[in-house]
Amino acid sequence: MAHATTAPSETPAQVTLENLFETPRGRDLLTCIQCGLCAGTCPYGEVIEWAPRRIISMLREGQIEEVFASDSLLACVTCYACMAKCSRGLRLTEVLLPLVKEQIFVRLPEVPAELQKALSNTLRYGNPQGESARKRAAWAASAGVPIRVLPQDPRPVDVLWFVECYTSFHPRGQDNCRATAKVLHALGVDFAILGHEEKCAGECARLAGETGLFETLTDQNMKVLGKYQFNRLVTSGAHAYDAFLHGYQAAGLKVPVEHTTPFFAARLDALKPLLTKKLGYTVTYHDACVLGRHNGFFEEPRRLLGAIPGVKLVEMTHNRVNSICCGGGGGGMWLDTFYKAKGYERLADRRVKEAVATGADVLAVSCPYEVSRFEDSLKVLGFDKKMVVRDVVELLAEALGS
Amino acid sequence: MNILVLMKMVPDIVEELEVGPDGKSLDPEFQRPIVSERDEHALEQALLLKERCGGTVTALALDTQDADDVLFTALAKGCDRAVKVAGIDGPLATTEVASLLAKVIPAVPGLAPSDLILTGCWAIDDLDGMVGPLLAERLGMPYLGIVTGVGAKAGEGRVTVAKEYSGGVRGEFGVTLPAVLGIQASEKPPRYVPVAKVRATMKSGKIDSVPAAAPDEASQISILQMKKPEAAGRAEMLEGGPEEVAAKVLDLLSARGLV
Repeated sequence: MAHATTAPSETPAQVTLENLFETPRGRDLLTCIQCGLCAGTCPYGEVIEWAPRRIISMLREGQIEEVFASDSLLACVTCYACMAKCSRGLRLTEVLLPLVKEQIFVRLPEVPAELQKALSNTLRYGNPQGESARKRAAWAASAGVPIRVLPQDPRPVDVLWFVECYTSFHPRGQDNCRATAKVLHALGVDFAILGHEEKCAGECARLAGETGLFETLTDQNMKVLGKYQFNRLVTSGAHAYDAFLHGYQAAGLKVPVEHTTPFFAARLDALKPLLTKKLGYTVTYHDACVLGRHNGFFEEPRRLLGAIPGVKLVEMTHNRVNSICCGGGGGGMWLDTFYKAKGYERLADRRVKEAVATGADVLAVSCPYEVSRFEDSLKVLGFDKKMVVRDVVELLAEALGS
Repeated sequence: MNILVLMKMVPDIVEELEVGPDGKSLDPEFQRPIVSERDEHALEQALLLKERCGGTVTALALDTQDADDVLFTALAKGCDRAVKVAGIDGPLATTEVASLLAKVIPAVPGLAPSDLILTGCWAIDDLDGMVGPLLAERLGMPYLGIVTGVGAKAGEGRVTVAKEYSGGVRGEFGVTLPAVLGIQASEKPPRYVPVAKVRATMKSGKIDSVPAAAPDEASQISILQMKKPEAAGRAEMLEGGPEEVAAKVLDLLSARGLV
């Protein structure tokens, strides 16, 4: 299982398409046996013209430019399914796809409007929503527990909580924030946030192919992180967790990085006696791609849910490594309109149909993107009276009772 | 076709705006300038024309906070040259900007004669959109505003200009060059330029700095007062069941003598 101590992946700065076959991970790609599992397991396999198998084949033949000319890889939601299933264990989503998507992005004749807006906003305001950075910690006023904001109180702290964008600005994300603050407080954790100094971690920018934006955000965040003393970085953003682990550590981030869900799971002994309120929910858990398939946190969220009184956990057909992506990764968060125009099925719709089929009344998640994506799908499909979406941490906070 | 695009910075209304201590200007502490959206459309229209007919595009901005970022971005998008007018002393009124530009543009080598001068047809701090017409008048050129498309063929000495009217009516005008056009919307949305390309342009590209000329005409309009809108009233949410709420509504209306 991957933890914060895992060696960081090679970054695009180290591996390029030109030197790909001279680096160990790149050379591995040559061992592709063209089995096609990647195309078969891809949630958009029927619409992506260039599955990793075909990209590798084109690379070997020196015809990679042809791959770059197509926009079909905009449907790659970087869900790590191909990488998890690859019979040769190739680092497809980690190494190959970002390099290819970067080249496609710079050649796009037109960046889809919604994605363009999100990227421009992230560059200017540090969040894809285009909200004022000044309002990033506005949710803290309604947290119900004291929240230390480092720019106002820069004393050293144990846990630096990197809140992230959807959690900071989306109304339902803010519910997650308030819940996280409540649980951290109940556990007596010494924590603080960066407030207006925090900017988007940028993982989606990188995996959409906008590497320059990711590098800019990395520079800006590293500069801010460098101002404060803390022992560990805990983030609510599943994608941010991935960015810190697989990008920021290579850029010099030295402290251990954790996501809130495994962070609380590791403290379950202290947390469990505090979970006193019986909830009476049947819950099904959706494995977030980056937490599950990419980083191996399959059991942690389930252990947390299992510790809540009155929670009955049921599984969807596709769970753990087989989980179906919500469609929000790799820029997919801002490509719904583009996919719709192309006639692609919305992956979140596919997922909630499966969730509703379990008979559960709560769909539990641990990635902030999923709340709005699944809530939208439940409404569109007419299931919003049957099922609600809740972050695992929201359920923990509710079970605290007080 | 050689096109000059005039770009200006305006207050970013995403940020909370505060009135400064003088009571007639925005507090600079709470401001972060952003390029005027209409000017971004003017730039896009110029780049589309260049792609169709060839020629050059020059972006020009007054040297105010963050103008360099905007000019480098314009270069990264495909502009051939970026010029900033340095030595601007304090905020300028519309007539002062037009008067200054009318002196600077002919004085800078390579800027005049341009076939087309494009700028936004208005900006959030210039709803009258007077910079374009005032500049055109001073340069002795025709002006057309609220433009939503420009058609041109190389070497014709004229362009066709599309304007939209209410009720879905579209007008097409012919105008001889050189001319000044106030762009409302480019034919396509302004393009995205990858950050890496902007960063590379910042390293390799350059912005020509030219001195400002003193405006020879002072504005006859001055700002008397600037203040935030006052909350005129407030909403009151009535709680309770339908019967209860109905009774409360009746009480409220009776108390105001409305029933």
